This record gives sequence, structure tokens and C-alpha cells, in this order.
Amino acid sequence: MLTKRIIPCLDIKNGRTVKGIRFENIRDAGDPVELANWYAEQGADELVFLDITATNEERKTFAELVRDIARHIDIPFTVGGGISAVADVEVLLMAGADKVSVNSAAIRNPHLVDDLARRFGSQCVTVAIDTKHTEAAGWKVYARAGTVETEHATVDWAKRVVDLGAGEILLTSMNNDGTKAGFALDITQAVSEAVSVPVVASGGAGTMQHFADAFQVAHADAALAASLFHFRELDIPDLKRFLKAEGIAVRV
Amino acid sequence: MDLVIVDYKAGNVQSVQFALERLGVQATLSCDFETIKAADKVIFPGVGEASSAMAQLRARNLDKLLPTLEQPFFGVCLGMQLLCEHSEEGDTDLLGIIPLPVKRFETDLKVPHMGWNQLENLQSPLFEGIAEGEFAYYVHSYYVPLSEYTIAQTSYPEPFSAALQYKNFYAAQYHPEKSGPAGSQILKNFLAL
Repeated sequence: MLTKRIIPCLDIKNGRTVKGIRFENIRDAGDPVELANWYAEQGADELVFLDITATNEERKTFAELVRDIARHIDIPFTVGGGISAVADVEVLLMAGADKVSVNSAAIRNPHLVDDLARRFGSQCVTVAIDTKHTEAAGWKVYARAGTVETEHATVDWAKRVVDLGAGEILLTSMNNDGTKAGFALDITQAVSEAVSVPVVASGGAGTMQHFADAFQVAHADAALAASLFHFRELDIPDLKRFLKAEGIAVRV
Repeated sequence: MDLVIVDYKAGNVQSVQFALERLGVQATLSCDFETIKAADKVIFPGVGEASSAMAQLRARNLDKLLPTLEQPFFGVCLGMQLLCEHSEEGDTDLLGIIPLPVKRFETDLKVPHMGWNQLENLQSPLFEGIAEGEFAYYVHSYYVPLSEYTIAQTSYPEPFSAALQYKNFYAAQYHPEKSGPAGSQILKNFLAL
């Protein structure tokens, strides 16, 4: 049976995982490769690496890092952050990334999605959607790391990028992100039911039950979290045992 | 051992090469038929879309040459599908080595079939040391039905071929290079054939 995926997300700046990650049994938690390996051993099903650096020079460092990650870890990983053209994606896939995630660039130029899907196959094209709910506008898509509201209603945008060839949707609720109050179940369910491709729930995880809800209530295919795992507030083996006991198919 | 990975610009060539490196094996990347033919073993990766992959193979005349190989050969993911007769993906004629069709998933479940699913009904030395029900990583929208050449199966929701063997041609729908220690073991088993 296909299992639900648990995905730690690592933010990368200048080739290093960003500050604040605490692991007593890892020599250098700032080293993305070492941290990634540790997560793979813990039973992470995939990893996401987000490049949060700004300059082109630093992006070259990121491509080298992707190669280093691919050399050392034996589970699939997605890379994202600042991808704006087919050429960026080619470099990352040839370096060994399994999937790329595009966000603002797809909003600026939706045809980037079908260019990528035709060139490399839908299976490696994840469209990341940052979404926020307001009373006035409902769930809308936000661009530029969540700073700019767009005209797109979230479910419509998800359907559109899937029609263009996206093979997966990574949906982050800005209302929930960082709250530890749980994933945004309503919009995650709405998107999951509206599209034919897998949906990754992101933003708001605080407890093991939140993951169970993402899978059982919102029908997400995968769930992503960052600080919750990085700060060891929740360990993946415990999480998977819990989910299995709840009757959710997981790889243990 | 002389191991060659067929290099026709498929996306996961690098990942397969790295996985072999982790096993201490240096593989040569090549699209030159004489080099491929002289190898002890050949690995044939592949991700992406069937008709463009076939165009890449034809451009290198590999569509005529790969079917003539006699050494152990391992097709991975799209590399498995390309060994078959015909794909519903782009209505594409494939290499025609294994007389099987490639079909699109017709299901209410999400497509691509993406993530960790099981390996069941294992029937090959390729799975030496692999437990029934072991997990492997899959990502694909088309599948090969069960057949007399199926050496492992999985379900989504109906059972289909997770791996095939036809003469010297072995093939896996999942990605052994991305399937953790079990995937490494399967690659090791192929190298030991």
C-alpha cells in the first residue's frame, strides 16, 4: 500500500542549514548533508531543501550543495527557492535533485510550469503555493515569500498549475505556519479534492495528532514540518508509530 | 567489473551513479554502443516522458542496439517501461524487448503514484536479502500490468509489475537508487548476478 510521506524541510543559506537547529548527537547540525543523513536514518520519507539566499553567486553554492546531498543520501529530495527559469531547473536536476519546487516564478509566468513538465516530466515539478485566508478575500495565493497578495484564489490556482503539468502541490498556510496549532485542514482538503496529483500539507504542525488530521481529515498525501523536527519536539520514529497505531499507512 | 550506465540525458543518471559510488563501484557513463556492448553489466536509468526518451535513444541509434545486448541489463523506472512494446504515454512505440504494454493509471487515487510502496511476491535473485513487503520509492503515472515476466509486484490500488525479468533484461519500476538500504541491496544483488 502506498504510504503517507513525512517530510522534514531544511532552509539553506550560503550552503548551511540556518541557525537554531539543536541536535546533541550530530557533530555539525549546520551541515545539510549530515543533517539530511540523520533524517534519512530516522525514517524521513523525503526531504525538502529551500535555498533562502539571495544572490546569484550564492545560488551556485546551492547547486554544488545539491550535488553533495545527492552523492550522500539515498532517499528522494526536492529543492526550491528562487527558481525562475528552465536553466535553473536543469542544473539542479542534473546535480541529482529528484524534484524542484517553483513558487513565485510560476505566478509571474505560469507557462514555466508546462515548460518544465514537458522538458523534465511532471513527476519532478512541484508547485509550492503560499496561501493566506482573510475574511474579505477568502483563501488567496501569495507571492514573494508570502509578502504579496495575488489575484488567484487558492483552489483555482492549484487546479490551473496541475492542468499545466505540476506533478505535486506543496501547500503552505501562512495563517497556520509557526503557530503549532495544526495544519489548515479546510484548504488542504479543498485543494486535495480539487486536483488529481499528490498534495503536501505544510504549516502549523505541533503535535502527532496534527499529522493524523492532515492525512485522515484533509486527505493530504504527505506532511511537511521544519522546526518541529529540527528542535526535536517531535521525533519521526515516534510520529510514525503513532500514525500506524491510528490506522494510517506509513513506512516503518 | 566493467559497469556502464546508459547516458542518454535521462534525469536520474547522476543519482544512479552516486548510488553505485556508495557501494564502492565506479560506473562509466556512456551512450557509445561499443562501450555499452563491451560492459559486464549495463544499467539503463530513466525519468520523464516516454516519447522524448525514445527520441533521445533513436538519435543515438540505441533503439536498434540495446535489444541486441546479452549481458545482465537493469532498466530503472522509465528505463523499465522503455524495454516494453508500446506505451499509452504519447502513444509511443518502445524498444520492444519485453512483449508487454505500458498503461496509464485509471484510478480515483492520486497520479503520479508517488512515494513509498511495497515490494511483494518476490521471485528473483535480485531480491536476495529483501523481505516480503519491503518498501521502495516509486514515482510514475504509467505502469506495466502483471505478467509471466513479473518478478515483484505492488498495488495502486490494483496489483501491477514492480519488477520484470525477460532473459538477461531485469527492470524495476521503483527507484532502487532512492530506496534507502533496501534499494542499495537490490543494486548490489544486480551487480552480483
